[in-house]
Amino acid sequence: MSSPKDPLIIEAGRAEAHYWRDLWRYRELFGFLAWRDILVRYKQTAIGVAWALIRPLLTMVIFTVIFGNVAKLPSGPLPYAILVGAAMLPWQFFSNALSESSQSLVSNANLISKVYFPRLILPASTVVVSLVDFAISFVILIGLMIWYSYAPGWQVLALPVFVILALLAALGPGLLITALNVKYRDFRFITPFIVQFGLFVSPVGFRSSVIPEQWRLLYSLNPMVGVIDGFRWCLGDSSGLDLPALAISLSTAMALLIFGVRYFRKMERGFADVI
Amino acid sequence: MKEAHISVDHVGKRYSICHKGAVGRFASFRDVLMSGVTRPFRRQSTPAESPTKEDFWAVKNVSFDVGQGEILGIIGRNGAGKSTLLKLLARITEPTEGKITLRGRVASLLEVGTGFHPELTGRENIYLNGAILGMSRAEIRRRFDDIATFAEVEQFLDTAVKHYSSGMYVRLAFSVAAHLQPEILIVDEVLAVGDAAFQKKCLGKLEDASGSGRTILIVSHSMSVITRLCSRAILLDKGTVTHDGKVEEAAHRYLEASHNSASASWHPPTPVGDTIAKIHGARLHDLQGNSPPVFSIGAPLCCTIDYELAASAKRALPAIQLVNDAGTIVFGSAAFQLRTSERIGCLSATCLVPAHLLAEGYHTLSIGLVSYNPNTLHAFEREVLALLLIDDTTGDGTRGDAMGQWPGVVRPKLEWMFAA
Repeated sequence: MSSPKDPLIIEAGRAEAHYWRDLWRYRELFGFLAWRDILVRYKQTAIGVAWALIRPLLTMVIFTVIFGNVAKLPSGPLPYAILVGAAMLPWQFFSNALSESSQSLVSNANLISKVYFPRLILPASTVVVSLVDFAISFVILIGLMIWYSYAPGWQVLALPVFVILALLAALGPGLLITALNVKYRDFRFITPFIVQFGLFVSPVGFRSSVIPEQWRLLYSLNPMVGVIDGFRWCLGDSSGLDLPALAISLSTAMALLIFGVRYFRKMERGFADVI
Repeated sequence: MKEAHISVDHVGKRYSICHKGAVGRFASFRDVLMSGVTRPFRRQSTPAESPTKEDFWAVKNVSFDVGQGEILGIIGRNGAGKSTLLKLLARITEPTEGKITLRGRVASLLEVGTGFHPELTGRENIYLNGAILGMSRAEIRRRFDDIATFAEVEQFLDTAVKHYSSGMYVRLAFSVAAHLQPEILIVDEVLAVGDAAFQKKCLGKLEDASGSGRTILIVSHSMSVITRLCSRAILLDKGTVTHDGKVEEAAHRYLEASHNSASASWHPPTPVGDTIAKIHGARLHDLQGNSPPVFSIGAPLCCTIDYELAASAKRALPAIQLVNDAGTIVFGSAAFQLRTSERIGCLSATCLVPAHLLAEGYHTLSIGLVSYNPNTLHAFEREVLALLLIDDTTGDGTRGDAMGQWPGVVRPKLEWMFAA
């Protein structure tokens, strides 16, 4: 949509001329799509939004029992349940955002082949839906803290920073996979695998201090390591913020995001032809 | 001259079609990986080994301009490139070559109810669909009542659309689209929805839109819709424009091409019929004997049939049957007036259809030779003649100077007077 004074020119290879401005113009559509997904998500379920609480809660209970009580891994100053909770919520957010965004193009194929809008809106709006789920499930963490009469310090104010980091970490691979999925439906099977594998590779059930010192930086290549450690630090895990590791996590996330956006933009023009 | 709202300059769109499916539409990642792995071990790929890739130009070298407030019809057979052209204009897919300039807000309507979600209520879907079609939240809110009233679903606004009847669903979907107010509207076949009354409403809505200065591009297979709405049309064939000009001419060429070359005249290579009665040919013409591409319903229409009768078939009569666009038989007529003559040999008979009788639209004529009492069908050639009738709205017809749809299988001019 452009004003009459400003003609819109369509030419091969020219689609990107006003891309970012277009993206801003279509912000309402972005909002509506996110709103649709939120509305639809728990329709016709008996307990509705409670699912956003039950899923992370049950996984948390299992992890606490297995890693804390059975394997007796060190918990540091935090109660083990809070330790797991502080990791499980960002992890669930990440895995939901990743799996939803990587399906976003194919599940909206009818829109892509019939209407124009910057396609970036689709994966981005699914991430927002996961963010809402995350906000709801945050109630669990608050509940846990009340249960253990535990109050976090000033660090908790930095929490949004790590939420954004988790969001970016999910969006990068999400964009990449959803663009690939348009052409190669194989990626539908790859995402669940990444998510399942990542749950054990990331420090969800244990503290990252369990990893031997010499491997720590390599381990931080996983962007979720930075996010989870950051979450724990915000909630008062005393070990302090490992800044070099965080920097590595952040740069992996950013690199993936830049690569994801670039690849997405490159493939975007052909989506309607192959979907 | 006003600046063109849409200008299309030598636009082409190429698709690659693969015959061996290897790197086709739903290529599997494995295939790509495998071909990457095995390539070094293969000799320079011979043409027989590599999947045969073929270039296919869905649209090629298409150029046209559309001025402000103009309604341009796009017609063509299936696969002629109409939908691809619309997709290019709607920015859904990118042209391979050429340039399109659009001046104004564009909304495209390639499908009714794009993005409708069955789980959402009517109200929610109006907002969602409106946003998808490019309306802002404020705009939708402003027109919300109009949309609901137009769709006749006010009572069910808070019901999930999956519980709607298909008619309600389509009406709601079209209603949202009909309330779009872009400067350029691109419409594909969507008028083929709903019952007749609703279609009429939709056509009226489109006419209003163009009246208020909007530019409309419309693709349809219904010649009566195209000829009613547009003054100009382009005819696409195999991706190229074969005609750009008056809609009647374009419609006629399209019908000629798409109906097995049925046209205003028909002359089979050998006469058809049984041993005693044969038809040599037939043609449609006006009173002056001309066969224009399009006939006006305001002038008489003549159909001349050349036939041959043996002495044993001297009671046989030529007959015609007129079928309209919808497949309805408008009338059948046999030449009973000529039966008394009992002529034989090569004959020629003309049937005169009076002016102001038929409705506009595409019609076909079947020609036969029949004997009655006992009944014998000597020859019957189905839909060999075709004609396009238009109502040129000069004001002397049934519809007077009324615009809009005028339904009915026939359009006779009847007498009206004040009752005494």
